[in-house]
Amino acid sequence: MTNLASVVPTDASIATPPEPRDLSDERQQRRFRLLRLALGVIRLGPILMLAGLVVAMALLSPVFLTTGNANNVLAQTAAIAVLAIGQLMVILTRGIDLSVGSTLALASVVGAIVYSHGGSGFVVIVVMLATGAAVGLVNGGVYVWGRLPHPFIITLATLSIARGLALQLSGGQPKRGVPSIVKTIGNSSFHWVPYSAILVAGIGLLFAGMLARMVWGRWMYATGGNPEAARRTGIPVRSVLISVYVLCGLLAGVAAIITSGRLNAGSPTAGNLAELDSIAAVIIGGASFLGGRGNVANALVGALMIGVIRNGMNLLNVGAFLQPIVIGVVIVLAVESDVLRGRLEERFRVMQAALS
Amino acid sequence: MNESRANDLNGAPALSVRGATKRFGAVLALDSLDLDVRHGEVVAILGDNGAGKSTLIKCISGVHRFDVGEILIDGQPATINSPAAARGYGIETVYQDLALFDNLGPSANFFAGREDAGPRWLPRPVRVLRRRSMLDSTVDVLERLQVSLPDRSAAVGLMSGGQRQVIAVARAAAFASKVVILDEPTAALGLRESRRVLDLILRLRAEGHAVIVISHALDHVTEVADRAVVMRRGRKVGEEIPSPDSQQRIVALIVGTSAGAAASPP
Repeated sequence: MTNLASVVPTDASIATPPEPRDLSDERQQRRFRLLRLALGVIRLGPILMLAGLVVAMALLSPVFLTTGNANNVLAQTAAIAVLAIGQLMVILTRGIDLSVGSTLALASVVGAIVYSHGGSGFVVIVVMLATGAAVGLVNGGVYVWGRLPHPFIITLATLSIARGLALQLSGGQPKRGVPSIVKTIGNSSFHWVPYSAILVAGIGLLFAGMLARMVWGRWMYATGGNPEAARRTGIPVRSVLISVYVLCGLLAGVAAIITSGRLNAGSPTAGNLAELDSIAAVIIGGASFLGGRGNVANALVGALMIGVIRNGMNLLNVGAFLQPIVIGVVIVLAVESDVLRGRLEERFRVMQAALS
Repeated sequence: MNESRANDLNGAPALSVRGATKRFGAVLALDSLDLDVRHGEVVAILGDNGAGKSTLIKCISGVHRFDVGEILIDGQPATINSPAAARGYGIETVYQDLALFDNLGPSANFFAGREDAGPRWLPRPVRVLRRRSMLDSTVDVLERLQVSLPDRSAAVGLMSGGQRQVIAVARAAAFASKVVILDEPTAALGLRESRRVLDLILRLRAEGHAVIVISHALDHVTEVADRAVVMRRGRKVGEEIPSPDSQQRIVALIVGTSAGAAASPP
């Protein structure tokens, strides 16, 4: 039982052991630095991929880098980008929200109906946001208070319910006409920058600040990183989770404003499959599906990348059927780079233990 | 520091457990157990699986409550009915799973759930984090405990097992004013990494903390503990000053009386 360590007197153990760092050989150190560099590159992955894409498109199509086309891309991407910010917070806390596309449609239809009954622009906007937040509250509430193991099922249910409600309320037809303020947000530009893009930038800054600088944002990361530890350290995990779905629904309401303005109608079919676009944007943006990792800027880059791919392939006259294939491949690349990052980090850990 | 603190408090133990009894259904997990831990003292709690060690520390750290018995902090009766209450009394616990946030850095881990943020007139959740000040105090604590990390802002998940353990212990030390409880602090660590954690435990003792260590590693216990309390079936069956000589007796106590008789005849 007695081994060397136990015979060492207590006093000697207080003295720091000799640093093995000096003894580790040059090659080990170099590999360590290389590994750190590779991790850095992967972390910058989404931005690099977008930059590469933009350069490639600019070389392939003379129209791509015109202000007119930039306007187009930004306007088309705005709704997905807003949804992606909401989806990011949900995914950060290890969740998923499948209902955002349907919520968008419901908020859009409800807004148009309120407008047709004489609601002012302000009232219509408030109603759209409230509709989105209400669906989010149902998602978060049932998930947390209903003690569901995962939000997949409840948001699948609200995906169905919200879409059905939107179709029911509108009779299956788009309801023409939205307030002029909504039309301006969705369909006008300041010089060549769409107002919707400016709105997205503002919302992005707001949520980036909240996630990075505010206590509540820190709690979202903590809840996603280790829910059990978060509970033990006194973080109100249940409130954090509910808030995440409410905010995600609220942002679906914002996306409904942008989309309704663009269509000049409340459409029950708007935002079809937008939930998948928003998830794709978040994942392409390098967020971890296992929670706790990702940021707003990268999610916006992911959304922009989807927009650029769609736009670029249109410009290049590539068949419409090829677009989803390319986007699928990009998703696989993004997820694989996340896996690779995990592997490299594992090695990083081992090496660090050896070096320190 | 250790001396003066003990004198200030007239020698009352930092933590006393009196007549602790805890039942889970038909199982008697703790059977009128007494325990004292003084400031600047490391007490190891030993015992085979199911001896009641975990139940004991879970009661002290507020996860469970004793059915009968009381806890005194510096000689004053304390009501510990939740983990938050235990923390309020200056008791911090490092569980075996460490409860670290792998996606966050050391400073965010230190302050998780008790973030330093302002301004005060805002409700807590929407206050702005004082990241600079949190990082500074984290670095202060790490320096005080002579913990060196390769990168103070890297996510904890990127660190080795030993570094993670050290961070978890340092976090407890930073916020514990009286008692630090460590559950198997060296269980998953290699030789060199165990070394760093043991050194850290000795520094906690030097700072006047009362430290409770649960461990199966007898040689580690021998190295850092001032006393070893052996539990069996919820009861304290013996106490030894750990040393290479007493190791045999400690093992005998852990395993049971018959083996004890065989190992050290009266």
